[in-house]
Amino acid sequence: MITQMLLRALDKKASWLIAIILIVAIAIPACNLLIPPGQFGHVPGYAVTLFGKYLCYAVLALALDLVWGYVGILSLGHAAFFALGGYAMGMYLMRQIGSRGVYANPVLPDFMVFLNWKELPWYWLGFDMWWFAFPMVMLVPGVLAFVFGWFAFRSRVTGVYLSIITQAMTFALLLAFFRNDFGFGGNNGLTDFKDILGFSVQAASTRAALFALSALLLALSVFVCSMIVNSKLGKVMVAIRDGESRTRFLGWRPENVKLFAFTVSAVLAGLAGALYVPQVGIINPGEFAPENSIEAVIWVAVGGRGTIVGPIIGALLVNAGKSYFTGALPEYWLFALGGLFVFVTLFLPKGIVGLVGNFRSRKTKPTVVPPPLAAKVEPAE
Amino acid sequence: MNATRFLAAIALFFALALSIVPATAQTDDATLTHLVNALAPGNFKDREAAASALAATGDARAVPVLQTLLDGNLFVVKATGQVVFSGSAITDPVTGATLDGVATADIEKVKVNNGLRRALRTFIGQLTLLSDDRGTRLAAAQSVLRDASPDNLELLDSALAAETDAEIKSVMEVARAAIILKLPDATVADKAAAAQRIADWGGRDAITILNGALAGAPDELKPAIQASIDSLARTRAVWDVAQNVWYGLSLGSVLLLAAIGLAITFGVMGVINMAHGEMVMIGAYTTFVVQEVIRSSAPGLFEYSLAIALPLAFLVTALIGIAIERGIIRWLYGRALETLLATWGLSLILQQAVRTIFGPTNKQVGNPNWMSGSFDLGGLAITYNRFWIVLFAIAVFIALLLVLNKTPLGLQMRAVTQNRRMASSMGIRTPFVDAMTFGLGSGIAGLAGVALSQLDNVSPNLGQNYIIDSFMVVVFGGVGNLWGTLVGALSIGIANKFLEPYAGAVVAKILILVLIILFIQRRPRGLFALKGRAVEQ
Amino acid sequence: MSQHAGTMLYLNGVSVAFDGFKALNNLSIIVHPNEMLAIIGPNGAGKTTMMDCITGKTRPDQGELYFDGRTDLSKLDEAAIANLGIGRKFQKPTVFESHTVWDNLLLSLKSPRSVFAALRYSPTNADDARIEEILDTIRLAGRKHELAAGLSHGQKQWLEIGMLLAQDPKLLLVDEPVAGMTDAETVETAKLLREIATTRSVVVVEHDMSFVRELGTRVTCLAEGSVLAEGSLDQVSANPIVIERYLGR
Repeated sequence: MITQMLLRALDKKASWLIAIILIVAIAIPACNLLIPPGQFGHVPGYAVTLFGKYLCYAVLALALDLVWGYVGILSLGHAAFFALGGYAMGMYLMRQIGSRGVYANPVLPDFMVFLNWKELPWYWLGFDMWWFAFPMVMLVPGVLAFVFGWFAFRSRVTGVYLSIITQAMTFALLLAFFRNDFGFGGNNGLTDFKDILGFSVQAASTRAALFALSALLLALSVFVCSMIVNSKLGKVMVAIRDGESRTRFLGWRPENVKLFAFTVSAVLAGLAGALYVPQVGIINPGEFAPENSIEAVIWVAVGGRGTIVGPIIGALLVNAGKSYFTGALPEYWLFALGGLFVFVTLFLPKGIVGLVGNFRSRKTKPTVVPPPLAAKVEPAE
Repeated sequence: MNATRFLAAIALFFALALSIVPATAQTDDATLTHLVNALAPGNFKDREAAASALAATGDARAVPVLQTLLDGNLFVVKATGQVVFSGSAITDPVTGATLDGVATADIEKVKVNNGLRRALRTFIGQLTLLSDDRGTRLAAAQSVLRDASPDNLELLDSALAAETDAEIKSVMEVARAAIILKLPDATVADKAAAAQRIADWGGRDAITILNGALAGAPDELKPAIQASIDSLARTRAVWDVAQNVWYGLSLGSVLLLAAIGLAITFGVMGVINMAHGEMVMIGAYTTFVVQEVIRSSAPGLFEYSLAIALPLAFLVTALIGIAIERGIIRWLYGRALETLLATWGLSLILQQAVRTIFGPTNKQVGNPNWMSGSFDLGGLAITYNRFWIVLFAIAVFIALLLVLNKTPLGLQMRAVTQNRRMASSMGIRTPFVDAMTFGLGSGIAGLAGVALSQLDNVSPNLGQNYIIDSFMVVVFGGVGNLWGTLVGALSIGIANKFLEPYAGAVVAKILILVLIILFIQRRPRGLFALKGRAVEQ
Repeated sequence: MSQHAGTMLYLNGVSVAFDGFKALNNLSIIVHPNEMLAIIGPNGAGKTTMMDCITGKTRPDQGELYFDGRTDLSKLDEAAIANLGIGRKFQKPTVFESHTVWDNLLLSLKSPRSVFAALRYSPTNADDARIEEILDTIRLAGRKHELAAGLSHGQKQWLEIGMLLAQDPKLLLVDEPVAGMTDAETVETAKLLREIATTRSVVVVEHDMSFVRELGTRVTCLAEGSVLAEGSLDQVSANPIVIERYLGR
């Protein structure tokens, strides 16, 4: 049974995708470390970090797609799970600084010394040990998603209402993490990291390894999502997306299915955040901003929701575009992003992947019209 | 400290300038300038004589000059001997004109000593406490009460003797009592009477005055004073609750203004308009533009700037709203989540457009006179801008109820809310109703923007600050019901203000968000949800 | 024992009001095992609300609702009721349009409904055979790998009936099954339902009198949320009140 599950996950598309990601996982670090600078094929260090960041975003997009594309839950607070994973990792990294901080306090991070705190708050305990901190990266977002989802899905909060309260959730976290007395560094967040598992976060080899890990995480996420959506559960998820009350009358419990997808998705987002933080070197409350969550939604929409490869393509393309725009034409980035939202919802409801699919099916089987993705079997609520 | 004193003096000056116009003596500018300039040269004795001469004019404009000198903030231009004020700019003390030619390096302080200070206090007191004008005397008495400086006792006594107005007399008596409590050599009986006088008065500062007096009071008086303080504190607590309710109403009315347009578009069309906040922002910028135009071409109309801005803001945002509905939203009906994303994209574009046109910094939108200042209502301090905005929110709400319940458009809107298909087969042009509804909702957001420009910074991010709150109000109140929005806005506002003293502003806000999230899970359709089969489907 | 012992569906004095409007008013209906009941009545008579109450979508304000002689339905939610063995076909055919015909049936097939069971599920030969069998019954075997969105209205109705069969329920609630069907299809549907009713209980709501006649079963006429008349179709349609209120003269 288990082997069948694993085999089902590795259908043709997913296998190709995972293979490509694994090649990238090896190729980019190799081109960075083995080919000397200046020679053809060398990938500079900053690019490795930048691409690593994109890969983390791709994982976040995939996680979001699992709930939005497949179950129809438009979460406007997914960046919160990403940020919580990031904070858990940041706490580990802060504790690794030890006495090398500005105030040279062996236990307390600098910002706590600065705030005149005498001892570590209880929720910081244990974060100096990787075997405690790393599971927390998954546990904290997972538990939040589980508790939040347990209440929300059970009371049948759906559609835009759910979107709005997920946004309120991340907004509340944003306000909380901005506070100094909350114990997470307030406005400045956590930064000035020194090393991870004993390796300097600045070293080229560490950065290459983090990149490779991000790629591995993406491959793992593809595998997990593919396994879920190719199972009968995946079919139930789509059924819930298209007609929640109909699935109820068939005896399924949408709240449980949603809760499962939401929690898995939050854990993946948390892992992405945890790998993101050592690469960018900082985590601050800004990561909780509702804008970030909505931006992640547009990655999924651009790539094509309800597909595995779509959100990855979307995240990579939009972020590459963002890097270009914010460098070359900073004033126009918001115009471009806003325009993208409008354009995609009006003209590309199935994203780039849907567009490519349309072309293909038009060439081969010109008569089959693919059904609209947002086909509703029930009247809108 | 000095800065606040200075501001207090300026405020006093304006209070006087407003109230004295017909009654008091007015000296011509040249004479006054001559007398003011005489304050600088010579020794302290000469200055005292000059100050005395200045006070003798009885001109209200002398007050800020003497007060500034008292505070040690009066300057003289070294080269010309001209006496000047030096705040954010160097100004002429008599005309108030900015002196562009004078640099900070060109001026030096006019020095004062304790003897001169004592004399100055007397002169200022005489100028004001003994003024012919009622308003001036009242303001002066209140100022003496605030300071409660024993130096003023003698002057206060003579003023009390001459005073005939009951209200001013009462303030003067309280001020005198406050001073007596501070005097080390006053008799116990005097002090007891003074403490009683203050307790009877029961004004906002009574507790502070009595608390200050408690330490220095004779032992036999302490229990009585303490009892007065406790009793006053109880009364105060009641007023504090009322004050919190007022703050809550004020916040609630702001939320109501921001949310009510959203409630209409969401209720009637099922459309989540994420660009709603930007409509508010555009309304505020419309006010800014109107004031700029008035400033440059018709300064006399400034008092009417808001009245001019209101219809304009409504029109501008309503037209933008209709354009958005016709251009984007109508293609997305039945796909609420897509609408949400598209309108979010629009909000980014609108924000950036405003940022490009007007720049990223905060814009200054002025308060007309009738919007500034405050008044007391019992133990409540109510600022005029909040007061008018509460009234405005109520007016908008009532107007909207009338539009929905008494006009043909309102009838059609309600029909579409309840059963779109049926309405359309009854011959209602639903696309037209949709466009008008969206226009109306956006227009009200524009009106909200005009009101918010009086409270908040006008910046491209203005709308963002309100959008999440507005959504909370709408989902809390329940969709499709204006009363729900009203109750939602007011209860969120009041709950917020009651939590603030215990939890701080930010934590209060977080608590409210969490409470609403929990509430939505108990009642997914809000406080005043529509019931029945039509909604269940 | 109580009166509901031995019945498949037992409604006694059920009332539901929406904002003061009484959708169901003291409604009492009994369906026995392996029995078919046809329900007719004007629009707004409460037919759909009755179905909503039985399937747990709407909670009755008062009254008793028992299934299979023992289970109180008024305490359960939709999924629990569906898993007890009550299947429902909606007035408007609701199938999962972005799934294939096969997957629509697979999702309906009686099986453990927990999240992890669904995640681990692998098709068995028995399941496949059952789906094939249903596909033959509903005549969609040739289109089993097509998306349900591409089916005609009548075919969607049949697919939904197939989904009901796949659930293997004890009681089927069928709301206007022949709307949008040709006469030939209508006859076929009646035949199918009669066949189903030999092993299960069926409640059919329908306006099409020729179809009801084709069913040849007990008829209940509802109006304004309560029972107006009961008996054979001939008895009911001869009832002067029914003629007055529903059939017309």
